[in-house]
Amino acid sequence: MSGYLTGVLVVLAFNVIAAYAVYLPLAAGQLNLGIAGFMAIGAYASAFLTNEYGVSMWLAIPVGSLLAGLMGVVIGIPVLRTHGIYLAMATFALGQVIAAVFLNLEVVGGAAGYPVTDYAPPVAVFWAAAGVVVLMLYISRTRFALCLTAVKSDATVADLLGVSVRGMQVAAFALGAAVAGFGGGFYAHHFNFIEAQHFNVLLSVFTVLYVLFGGTQTVWGPLVGATFFTLVPELLRASDQWRYAVFAAFIILFMAVRPQGLVTASLFRLFRRKVAP
Amino acid sequence: MTDAATPSALSISGLSKSFAGVRAIRDLSFEVPKGRATALIGPNGAGKTTVFNLVSGVYGVDHGRIVVNGTDVTGMPSRRRITTGIARSFQNIRLMPHLSVLENLLVGQQVRASSLGALLTPYRLIPNHRWKREAREALAEIGLAAYADETVGALPYGVRKRIDLVRATLAGATVLMLDEPAAGLNPSETNALRDHLKALVAQGVTLLVVEHDMHFVDSVCESVVVLNFGEKIAEGPLSQVRKDPKVREAYIGTDEED
Repeated sequence: MSGYLTGVLVVLAFNVIAAYAVYLPLAAGQLNLGIAGFMAIGAYASAFLTNEYGVSMWLAIPVGSLLAGLMGVVIGIPVLRTHGIYLAMATFALGQVIAAVFLNLEVVGGAAGYPVTDYAPPVAVFWAAAGVVVLMLYISRTRFALCLTAVKSDATVADLLGVSVRGMQVAAFALGAAVAGFGGGFYAHHFNFIEAQHFNVLLSVFTVLYVLFGGTQTVWGPLVGATFFTLVPELLRASDQWRYAVFAAFIILFMAVRPQGLVTASLFRLFRRKVAP
Repeated sequence: MTDAATPSALSISGLSKSFAGVRAIRDLSFEVPKGRATALIGPNGAGKTTVFNLVSGVYGVDHGRIVVNGTDVTGMPSRRRITTGIARSFQNIRLMPHLSVLENLLVGQQVRASSLGALLTPYRLIPNHRWKREAREALAEIGLAAYADETVGALPYGVRKRIDLVRATLAGATVLMLDEPAAGLNPSETNALRDHLKALVAQGVTLLVVEHDMHFVDSVCESVVVLNFGEKIAEGPLSQVRKDPKVREAYIGTDEED
């Protein structure tokens, strides 16, 4: 595999992981605009463990992911009391606060950034992304996923039917945070350098864009969205300085034609009906 | 007016609720006998839907007590109330439109499948999993098996109404509150709904029905409770309540019904 192709696929893998971190709360109808903050928690926590305590990164990364998930629970319980645009703003601010904390934390290098010694090769990153996709596919086949959809679709009715709306929302938010932390941990150990500025709001917003573009109705949406956003700009390289303009035009066009995202449940049903007699 | 021999499935006593100083429900008390169909009628704005919202827990009560199948649910969180056997429908059908009929019914089973193990079972990967089988059987029972895999949003109104009832049945509802079930249905759909409701009563389900169509009420419900301005003004068999001067006065000029 050429260095260029490997580089692109690694970026794709990270984008896929991040997209699923955003997808889980969105599946329950909640927009988390602070996903970069949870990536930072996973990245810094795991890097700190491998750097300072010599912990194996195979242990440090899951621990970082778990910490991000726990933060998701602790923060999710109060933050998820807000709804809609207020929730988006609260999580947006949250992402900024977390990044600001790491920016000022001298023990992990502060504004100068934090070099990481252990190295996760590309193949490890690919497996990590594949693992996240498999986990999400599994979840999408369970009653938990059905409950998330029910909460998103009609929280009042879900509640009256006995679905723990708050419980589902916090679980989805925290699980998304854990996935973000998992990706952050691999990011730190693959690139061997992290800085708080990387985990900025633009990273969060772009990730949300992948997911909305791919569609939130099915588990395949984030994968398609992340793939599209990673590969299409690369394919458009031929047109060089115009590629971002062309790409932006693409996005606007697709959003106008399919506001519900590229991949939808009805698309699957349509396809199934055409295949079956 | 309740038959003393029949225990109550739903008992409401001294219920009051105000919204921003407006008294929507005033000291309301009535009993819904077990295994019977009772109608809750009254002019628009009488507080019928508010009663449903209070009993299901969408709103908290100001005063009074609500007892379902012997359990006081007054202070119980709305999510837990379904465990006592009470369920409701909404005036505008509140099925999840993007989900299939089967998936909607599976949400209805949630109260009986809410353990962590149940939540994490990949039922969609298991062919003919008992949840799916149960839901399909419930549909087949009322002749709607063909709709199982259809998206709810695309189905005719009358079919959706009845799927809403199946969902409540699968939730284990023994007391069902229906908000204008016959509204917007054509005559054949109304007949299908009537048969469905009668079958539910025959199975021992208690119904409390808000309905404007008095012919429908007459054919399904044994007794009625009449509300006006949040107060009970009459109760008893429809034929008797109709002659009540207070009821006639409440309806004059406000309703086209006879």
